[in-house]
Amino acid sequence: MVSGVFHTSYESDMALRRTPAQKIRIALFILFILVFPFFANKYTLTLANQIAIATIGAIGLNILTGYTGQISLGQGGFMAVGAYTAGLLTVRLGMPWWLSIIIASLVTAVVGAIFGIPSLRLKGLYLAIATLAAQEIILWTVTHWKGLTGGVEALVVPDPRLFGLRLNADFNFYWLAWALAGITALVTLNLFRTHYGRAFIAIRDQDIAAEVMGVNLFRYKLLAFAISSFFVGVSGALLAHYRSIVTWERFTLDVSVLYLAMIIIGGMGSVSGSLFGASFMTLLPAFLTNMGRALRKVFPAINAIMPFIQEATFGLVIILFLILEPEGLKKLWEDIKDYFRLWPFSY
Amino acid sequence: MDLFIQLTLTGLTNGAILALAALGFVLIYKSSDVINFAQGEFLLIGAYVMFSMLVQFSLPWTIGLVLTLLVAVGIGVAVERLVLRPLIGEPIISVIMATIGLSSLLRAIVSTIWGNQPRAFPAFIPSKPVHVLGATVGADRLWAIAIAGGMLFLFNLFFTRSKEGIAMRAVADDQQAAMSMGISVKRIFAWAWSIAAMTAAIGGALVANIVGVGPELAGFGLRVFPVVILGGLDSIPGAIVGGVIIGLLEAYVGGYIGMGLNQVISFIVLILILMVRPYGLFGQEIIERV
Repeated sequence: MVSGVFHTSYESDMALRRTPAQKIRIALFILFILVFPFFANKYTLTLANQIAIATIGAIGLNILTGYTGQISLGQGGFMAVGAYTAGLLTVRLGMPWWLSIIIASLVTAVVGAIFGIPSLRLKGLYLAIATLAAQEIILWTVTHWKGLTGGVEALVVPDPRLFGLRLNADFNFYWLAWALAGITALVTLNLFRTHYGRAFIAIRDQDIAAEVMGVNLFRYKLLAFAISSFFVGVSGALLAHYRSIVTWERFTLDVSVLYLAMIIIGGMGSVSGSLFGASFMTLLPAFLTNMGRALRKVFPAINAIMPFIQEATFGLVIILFLILEPEGLKKLWEDIKDYFRLWPFSY
Repeated sequence: MDLFIQLTLTGLTNGAILALAALGFVLIYKSSDVINFAQGEFLLIGAYVMFSMLVQFSLPWTIGLVLTLLVAVGIGVAVERLVLRPLIGEPIISVIMATIGLSSLLRAIVSTIWGNQPRAFPAFIPSKPVHVLGATVGADRLWAIAIAGGMLFLFNLFFTRSKEGIAMRAVADDQQAAMSMGISVKRIFAWAWSIAAMTAAIGGALVANIVGVGPELAGFGLRVFPVVILGGLDSIPGAIVGGVIIGLLEAYVGGYIGMGLNQVISFIVLILILMVRPYGLFGQEIIERV
């Protein structure tokens, strides 16, 4: 809800983009996304692709945790399901990449819904622990079911091709990843204008009140798990095709924590917040690495402690955001916009 | 039969250490409703500080242990004051994420100071093999069981006999009522965190004595979850019983079934318990009906 904007009709109140300023901003953002790859080098393109994949995953987690209020520490496990399903379908069955992404996402949705069953009885930190167990169980299955996944060895996925183009080349993949990220964002924004989305938000705000008002908690919680896991599966499957290699190390508990950090730092229950958080958590390590490289001449010792600096910064950023700005980057951005919209009479 | 006794002893040792780690965990949850994802890192810090006291400063182990416990208390109080207190009243996910962030930060600090390589720990408890009922077991494992048992006994005394222990139980029961009886809730929180850090430090030193120090000690933090859920998140006897059961279960499954199933069996049990009896064996049952 933005202050200082007044609606006089239901159409304008229900619109996704409400003010001319919002329309201009979104147009500029899309223009930037369209123009960016023609000026970017390989390194920045890789980062942009990572951000797109992370954004899809973060939106998925945000549907579950931010909008529906079900804390999930199983993100890494669900991504693993998406990535391994996509990879195995392509390698074993020779399925085209696009079909493998769709089927992998559906499979992830089903797995997510299964691990969502405990959410009927559990809330808050009990659910967090249950999803933590889901994470450990999925990862254990992946590493120990050698006949299916190849165990701890990497699964090599053939290059995805479209009309003879190699789709996992950075430039080509950029369009696929950002198109899917855009679709994910649009679907999610619209989801929360339907009665499903409103039921999710009602469950988050007060589950008992929601049930009293006729929201079937079990059904909607499972649905939230399924929809969320679907997008997480998309992001996992994309990762498999982009990297050409699927290994279990990419889907550990650290990944679950990373994605939770993204939505907390970006903003819970917000699509733009997911994008902010995904960008921030992707760019921060890259920024630190580059800083380390720049400082190497002055402090040669920095090389050895760089991984520790990364880890410490990660922890510190989470704690500082939680204490200083619990609503995340999205809130900062809103504050800036409010300041200019209401200037000079901001009170 | 030998295998059975061997596995039982291994399971009991692991269970005793798990119970120690779980005890700190339960203590924090009981008094402040905070779930501490950094418990494993407390263990890690305890082990490394003890390592430094014994190796770098070559102190006798008694003084080393006392100093380690003092450091642990300092860390516990600092964490409570700097990280958790600003978050009082925030949603659960914020508190969970704060302790996760904290675990990452603590791990980084430990790696910066002591490096990433596993190291041998100077045995301050004798570790030569002992024969028990036909099975061979390191003496340090038996000592670990005894020390953990002693610690748990002491804590029991603390909670039933000492003024601070009783105050802590009062805070756990009802913070406002405790406040109106003149108990400083903030001080109790500080107490809870320092005791948790202390038990973790002792647990860390015991594990280190058996397997050496290395960053993977922090993995105990995750293994605590099945223990506390089985025993009940807010139950101290539950932490002990849960620790022993999970320790034994992992040992038996590892010994008789194998296939690495022991790494995941406790988490499968965890999900089952959560489905059937979320408050665990001894936890307080909270019924909410619509």
